[in-house]
Amino acid sequence: MEVTKVENVTRTYQIGKVETRALRGISLSIESGEFTALVGPSGSGKTTLLQLIGCLDQPTSGHVYVNGKDVSRLNRNQRADVRRGTIGFIFQFFALIPTLSAYENVEMPLLLVGQSASERRKRVTDLLEAVGLADRAHHRPDQLSGGEQQRVAVARALAPNPSLVLADEPTANLDTPNGRQVMETMTRLNQETGVTFVFATHDPRVIEYARRVITLRDGLVVTNADAKQIAQGV
Amino acid sequence: MTQLYKMAWRDLGRNRRRTFFSMLALAFGVALLVFMASFIAGEMRGALQSAIKLQSGHLQVRAATYDEDKTSLKWEDLIEDPDALAAQIAARPEVQVATPRLYATGIVAAGDTSTGVRVVGIDPASAASTPFRDGMVSGDYLTADDRGGLLMGQTLASKLKLSPGDTISLLVNTSNGDVDQQSFIIRGLFSTSTPGYDESTVFLPLSKAQAIARAENHASVIFILLKSQDQTDAVAAALQGPAVQVKTYIQLNPLLNDFEQYANVMMFVFYLIVLGITATVIVNTLIMSVFERTREIGILAAMGMRSGRIMAMFFAESSLLAVGGIVMGVALGSLVSAYIQQYGIFIGDFGITGILIGERIYTYLTLNDIVTLAAMAFVITLLAALYPAIVAARMEPVEALHGGK
Repeated sequence: MEVTKVENVTRTYQIGKVETRALRGISLSIESGEFTALVGPSGSGKTTLLQLIGCLDQPTSGHVYVNGKDVSRLNRNQRADVRRGTIGFIFQFFALIPTLSAYENVEMPLLLVGQSASERRKRVTDLLEAVGLADRAHHRPDQLSGGEQQRVAVARALAPNPSLVLADEPTANLDTPNGRQVMETMTRLNQETGVTFVFATHDPRVIEYARRVITLRDGLVVTNADAKQIAQGV
Repeated sequence: MTQLYKMAWRDLGRNRRRTFFSMLALAFGVALLVFMASFIAGEMRGALQSAIKLQSGHLQVRAATYDEDKTSLKWEDLIEDPDALAAQIAARPEVQVATPRLYATGIVAAGDTSTGVRVVGIDPASAASTPFRDGMVSGDYLTADDRGGLLMGQTLASKLKLSPGDTISLLVNTSNGDVDQQSFIIRGLFSTSTPGYDESTVFLPLSKAQAIARAENHASVIFILLKSQDQTDAVAAALQGPAVQVKTYIQLNPLLNDFEQYANVMMFVFYLIVLGITATVIVNTLIMSVFERTREIGILAAMGMRSGRIMAMFFAESSLLAVGGIVMGVALGSLVSAYIQQYGIFIGDFGITGILIGERIYTYLTLNDIVTLAAMAFVITLLAALYPAIVAARMEPVEALHGGK
């Protein structure tokens, strides 16, 4: 089943009098349970594509579908409603609310979807355990390492049982061991929960975790293949 | 909702110094307003009580044709056999004291100087004359049978450079439209701590005032003080009759009422100015907070927080600032007001003609004033959050996630 699909999507930014075409007509679809990497050099359009799939932005032309619903022309609040509970985000910067503890950060999306206190408590506790941070639940972000913060972000993205988790350069600000730990956590949770992960990266050590790799260059998809096929040079 | 307030509370704690000074600005504004409200209320209350005690009483009974503005002394405009009527009124259980008074206009001349005065004939022994007896600052008090002495306000005596024992010439309008002149010895000087009153009043014993004004056994008014101010209207209604007019202290002090209304309007404008200035501090604090937290707003929006809830977050912050500032401000303002309610604040001669404002003002703070001010401050602080909240709510998630760039 398709979690998301984009059709002939373009995105043009107007910066002053200069027009920049970040995406030039992309079509692709992501199936449920995939663990897919968007790769390509800086400026290739990875982040822009993630933002469109994540309903954070709107395409200049073309259509974006999430769970079969066309989200291309929704207003700000309608897009917020689609994101809430359906799409989880993991950002390059760790993106936690600094005044809230790890527990409260993970709890936040559950509050937004209106879960009861007992459901929230169980879900947050389970997730923090799943990312190996049960003992750090009441620490604030500034008391956690970069790797720990990113694992809290992973737990938060998964909290409301989303259909899709989008991660933009999730290991870019981490050293190798922490980056590996975050990727292993994501891989394990993908396998255990079946949640679809799409992550943008240009780090070869991260790409090797992907089961499908979509390569972008200059706003166009240049390859879209199974990771094993790429490895075998097919 | 709880989570919103929890976040708001912690957000305020991020920059404690800035939060404290924002609250302090609001607190000073509220304290100033609490003090001003209690000052004006105290001033008005003091002026009213002075007017009742010295000038109008709670009630006055007059002849039906008496015209206060003309200080008429025609017999038909006066009350005949006033002692009998006063005794009849004093017999009512609500009445503390009822005493006849005769009012006449006159001129006091001493040496080369002279000044217009109000000549008041009083029963020196009446309880209604207590403020003058207790306010004696030098010389002797009047006796009922004194035929050649008078009491003079200290302020008037200072102006005319007179002392007890000095002789002055008093010209008084009489009931037949003439002017009579007679020399009097100043028996003593009184102070009611109300410069406007002390500057324009001389007292004679009622019988002497009746004699010089040719009013015989007549008085201008029966001056009545009640045991409770609240009974004024009831007693006024009971005393009404075809031959008399009964005036309440409210009717007798219209200027005071006008002045109070004017003061209230001015105070409302003053409230808005002070709270408006305070609101700019709050706006500034919250705008800084919005720009510092742009990325967090983006994160919350990415999680699916709607614009309304993002706005609510800033309103929650603003309401916490408001509560903190208002509590501090009410406490500070109440403390200052309580001190001045006890010890007063000296203002000297306020110089408003027609209103008896004491030289020392005692603040008077009411719960109603505190609640009104607190509510106004709260609403204005919330309104101050409107612009920052809209700025936050209108941020595009993508831009906000990149720090608003």
